[in-house]
Amino acid sequence: MSAPLTACPECDLLQTVAPPRADMLACCARCDSVLHRPVDEDVDKPLAYTLSAGILFLIANAFPIVGLELQGQSSSATLFGTARALYEQNMVMLAVLVGFTTIVVPGVQLAAMSYVLVPLRMGWVPHGLPLALRILQAVRPWGMTEVFILGLLVSLVKLAGMANVEPGIALWSFGGLLLMIAAAVASFDARAIWARLEVAR
Amino acid sequence: MSAAVLTASQAGLLSCLTCGLLSRPAPQAESACPRCGARLHARKPASLVRAWAFLVCAMVLYLPANILPIMQMESLFGWQSDTIMSGIVFLWSTGSWPLAIIVFVASIVVPLLKMLALLTLLIAVHRGVRVHTHDLARLYRLLEIVGRWSMLDIFVVAILVALVQLQLVATVTPGQGAAAFGAVVVLTMLATMSFDPRLLWDSARGEGGHGRRA
Repeated sequence: MSAPLTACPECDLLQTVAPPRADMLACCARCDSVLHRPVDEDVDKPLAYTLSAGILFLIANAFPIVGLELQGQSSSATLFGTARALYEQNMVMLAVLVGFTTIVVPGVQLAAMSYVLVPLRMGWVPHGLPLALRILQAVRPWGMTEVFILGLLVSLVKLAGMANVEPGIALWSFGGLLLMIAAAVASFDARAIWARLEVAR
Repeated sequence: MSAAVLTASQAGLLSCLTCGLLSRPAPQAESACPRCGARLHARKPASLVRAWAFLVCAMVLYLPANILPIMQMESLFGWQSDTIMSGIVFLWSTGSWPLAIIVFVASIVVPLLKMLALLTLLIAVHRGVRVHTHDLARLYRLLEIVGRWSMLDIFVVAILVALVQLQLVATVTPGQGAAAFGAVVVLTMLATMSFDPRLLWDSARGEGGHGRRA
């Protein structure tokens, strides 16, 4: 079979693109945008990353991220607590934005990837696969776990001068979550799955 | 660029931005991708109008975002109100200059450059600029990557507000500047998503992508 004809999503140039070999990228002949990453037919790797990210995500949500102690008084914050605190201060839109980018989007991403990958691993195509893949693509720019972690670092430095800061369990799982989500999203090749879907039908 | 260059829209084909499938559109006006069901358009609908609308709103809100305080801290040591810039100065003066630089880049440089870059891209398409198309395309790709990092200060405020709630000793409350700044970040991201980089290449070829022939 000859290389399929595709249009570059960024400049619309028609060209034939063969799947590149490992360690190589297929780029658009005109605008250099990446058209194809090496196709990994295997779903084992993204599935492993997704499941470990899922476990870390649960821990990161269940436990306090960080605790604060000053003059005998103490407080701690969970991930949900950061969104709720803004809500209680009448910053509803900000609360929604923070909750959406740090809890809802990563949660939806991990759920949708598991929903797609687990059945594929077991050899059948899940019902509603196109919808799951479309949701994944739509929410992707709004997942901001890594930005949140940098924000955490900045806040801790700001507080370090005036109070005792105690890292919570969730802080460590956040570090792992950052790596696992990035690895899962990077190794999850939606185009390869689309191609599979076409064959399966 | 030679005359042999052919785009999907010139060939009467539609490419799906969701799954990448190339298809011949059905005769009726609205068509959906035969593989993934996403709606197909030759170019993102009302790309320029939407991008302009989001961008202008972002520019208007950029002022209150920088002038109004993003948070207030009340503590035994006094009352302190922070804008984005004064927060950076505080980090710098307490010796955390690497973090001061990171926050400065994420909160001041990135939003400003993002708005200028969007302005450049939009004007380039409107004027049918035929040079530097590669650089403009690269600029757009950069916008897509860095946009989200401006959320940094929003998360700092959220964490401090949640954590520093020690009655009598210290409390942090969010300021209106934070709401405005959050809106700037979201609006510039929406503007970037609405903009269709293919219009750059259309106008470089003198096509005027949105139905306007140059």
